[in-house]
Amino acid sequence: MFGRLTTDAFKHEASQNAAVFGMIVTGIALIFLITYFKRWKWLYHEWLTTVDPKRIGIMYIVVVLVMFLKGFADAMMIRLQQVLSVGDSQGFLSAGHFQEVFSAHGTTMIFFVAMGAIFGLMNLIIPLQIGARDVAFPFVNALGFWLFAAAAALNLVSLAIGSFARAGWLAYPPLSSLQYSPNEGVDYWIWIVQIAGIGSTLSGINFLVTILKMRCPGMTLMKMPIFVWSCLCSTVLIILAFPILTATLFMLAFDRSLSMHFFTTDGGGNYMMYVNLIWAWGHPEVYILILPMFGVFSEIVPTFSEKRLFGYASMVFALIFITFISFIVWLHHFFTMGASPFVNAFFGIMTIIIAIPTGVKIFNWLFTKFRGRVHFTSPMLWFFAFLLNFTVAGMTGILLSVPPIDFQVHNSLFLIAHFHGMVIGGVLFGFFAAFTYWFPKFTGYVLNEKLNTAAFWCWLGGFLLAFMPLYMLGFMGATRRLDHYEADTGWHSLFIIVAIGAVILFCGALIQFFGLFWTIFDRKAHLDQTSGDPWNGRTLEWSTASPPPVYNFATIPVVATRDPLWTLKHAEEDPQEPEYEDIYLPKNTAVPICMGFLSLIFGFATVWHIWWLGALSFIAILLCLIIRLSGKDEHILITAKEVEKIETSLKNKRALNASYHLT
Amino acid sequence: MLIFSGLMLLIILIMQPLNIWHHGENIAVLFPKGLIGVEERNLLLIVQALMLVIIIPVYILTFVFSWVYRADNPKDKYDPDLVDNFFAECVWWGLPIVMVAIVSVLTWVKTYELDPFKPIESKNKEIKIQVVALQWRWLFIYPEEKVASLNFLQIPKDTPIRLEITADAPMNSLWIPQLGGQIYAMPNMKTELNLIANEEGDFRGSSANISGEGFSGMTFITKATSKEEYDKWIALAKQSSKTLENKSYQALALPSMNRETEIFQLEEPNLFNKILNKYMQME
Repeated sequence: MFGRLTTDAFKHEASQNAAVFGMIVTGIALIFLITYFKRWKWLYHEWLTTVDPKRIGIMYIVVVLVMFLKGFADAMMIRLQQVLSVGDSQGFLSAGHFQEVFSAHGTTMIFFVAMGAIFGLMNLIIPLQIGARDVAFPFVNALGFWLFAAAAALNLVSLAIGSFARAGWLAYPPLSSLQYSPNEGVDYWIWIVQIAGIGSTLSGINFLVTILKMRCPGMTLMKMPIFVWSCLCSTVLIILAFPILTATLFMLAFDRSLSMHFFTTDGGGNYMMYVNLIWAWGHPEVYILILPMFGVFSEIVPTFSEKRLFGYASMVFALIFITFISFIVWLHHFFTMGASPFVNAFFGIMTIIIAIPTGVKIFNWLFTKFRGRVHFTSPMLWFFAFLLNFTVAGMTGILLSVPPIDFQVHNSLFLIAHFHGMVIGGVLFGFFAAFTYWFPKFTGYVLNEKLNTAAFWCWLGGFLLAFMPLYMLGFMGATRRLDHYEADTGWHSLFIIVAIGAVILFCGALIQFFGLFWTIFDRKAHLDQTSGDPWNGRTLEWSTASPPPVYNFATIPVVATRDPLWTLKHAEEDPQEPEYEDIYLPKNTAVPICMGFLSLIFGFATVWHIWWLGALSFIAILLCLIIRLSGKDEHILITAKEVEKIETSLKNKRALNASYHLT
Repeated sequence: MLIFSGLMLLIILIMQPLNIWHHGENIAVLFPKGLIGVEERNLLLIVQALMLVIIIPVYILTFVFSWVYRADNPKDKYDPDLVDNFFAECVWWGLPIVMVAIVSVLTWVKTYELDPFKPIESKNKEIKIQVVALQWRWLFIYPEEKVASLNFLQIPKDTPIRLEITADAPMNSLWIPQLGGQIYAMPNMKTELNLIANEEGDFRGSSANISGEGFSGMTFITKATSKEEYDKWIALAKQSSKTLENKSYQALALPSMNRETEIFQLEEPNLFNKILNKYMQME
């Protein structure tokens, strides 16, 4: 009846019990609050069934913030264990539990924080920047989000029921094979990543088509904002890379559940194939994450330098170059697997070549400031932190890509310092910059700058303390994923510094959460008085109201230059009085959330071998699809009159907001 | 704020030398005791220096531009339409290309030179040692000397060591940072690592790839001594009361987190190949 699910699955170590308890209490509190404020209907109609990319984007960010806390808690546990568990002391986590924690940390941070942040930004920004009212496939987009949310939920479920994988975030076989990991942990990992990955593929397809087909009149490819270009490259990578992940995970799942032999040691399987395949996805994945952040900084630097972007064509070419080459470097993740020097040298050099376009980008950002007017707002501060950390991490990346050097630092904490420099220094700082930069667009309020700045210094200082010593620890022979080490290694003092850095980082994160709540609480003081263009922007998203009306643009803009709003602001003539038209928008649908929920059940059932439930939920998913595909594509109509009414009220609000400035 | 950033940068720059001064000999990768490690360290320093040639100017430019062109600087020039310059862009496409070309040539040459499978040239005859990663211990087999040791590797200095590596466990990685780089130890596969110790001493070795519950404890001591002492150790090992053949190996291969050292007489000379071919179906 319940497969291999027994009451043992609910027994955990104390720290995990505390987390589960906290989760349940938070859940009950949320349900209570929503009921108390009678918000269920609102939640259902306005959010859960929405196909509006702006709302989906905000939901992505909410999931990201929750998962970020979970991933961060994992990181703190790792660091605390490494401070405590030295010599005779064994720390507060068992080896097995520690391995679950670091596997969960990587999985959560990459698939649910970084990927979620990327898709959140794409949903929020792309339609506005290309002057579109909607995305190409609103249903597919919503489905992508709900699969992502379902996978995130399954991730949280794995905390409460059973154990997680102990094989690292990429679960190399043979360790992840049935032979060495017989319990449900790796199955959790497989299905969490599988569901999230399919969601990512769907979202990627939607945004590729949106960018290619939905641009407003006049916006040729070479007139797109650079953020859109970076997302275009990123979605191309998603579409090419994620199917590899899906197929690889299916093969691993078949090995584990159906006794097949793709990656086993016996029966003719080859686990080295898995390592190749997972990195054939895994390396492009790194660029899927970082490319949009290059785009973010390419928007922020010009805006806060009061200039247009230097070397636009160079930037685009560099992006395309990186996109192409990121597919032929995957082997640099395992130079130590014993390939011939020819193979190793080839992949090493391909990797080093990526430094060229990346370097060009950095020079272009620098020269965007040249003869500009640089404002030291918090998005710009994040840019400085990004530049500092990203170049250090990039430099160590070059060291890692030279095979003989890699032999000496691979799998050591040097490697950990390198890729955290990329992912925190690059992706996360980029996301923070983007969050601060575009927050006014979606709320109408500007984040508290004082708190932002305080958080920034915590993050920068904390990051340096938490990750720079790791380079040294790597040189001292400290490998990654150690739950215990001997006292005579001399690592302990550095691990303490690292843990202090982690605490400072955590303070930074807390200040950010507080800043977010404080901005919402003290709304009046944080009002964006310009009602839409607080930073004196250049691109289309700043030309509409904040938050934008559901249709984004009352009249579809026509552009003639790369920076349409900049051109408009510098134009002599007054804009014409707009003529409003009827607007059709896609209708809300409950199918995506249903399919998400069913996927969660399917994932859970498969993990625990509850086959009847798995089969039922799978059939239900198919039924949902059939129902959706057989129905008509329904729209809601906003008549020209209604549009005019909304626009007038927005105009009045704008005047009112501006008057706060005067009083 | 700029001053603070500068301060932070300074801290990192100072921190590394301070660390080196404080931990000194503990920093295995930077102070290796064998030829391979030295070569790899030198390569690291050269590539690092080449990188700094570009990165230091980038940092300086970042601070200079941000400061000179700050919005409240009354003396700055403001030229919002300066958005491309063919010559300047050629320079910063060209600079990294030149740098990458240099590093690439270096990479190509050194990757061949420091290929872990390549035997080390020396006047002393090389010693072959077969290594098996177990769950979660290391077994070292000296096939020519007919001895074996668990969690302990004894080698003579200035003598090339040829390690043939496999695993009877999930994937591990054999790493003795003071001697040189690592290579994976994989079931069903044989990898090779050629190392040499040019100084006497005890060097820490470990597994660098997660391989299950006892992974953190998979450390061992590599003891590099004079040739005489090594010979003495071999002679002693040959008289060990413990023997290693198929049956006693089966007991060793069971998962264990016991980290004690053991010495064996080797009675099954073909043991390594048997482990290597464990999953091969012999027709």
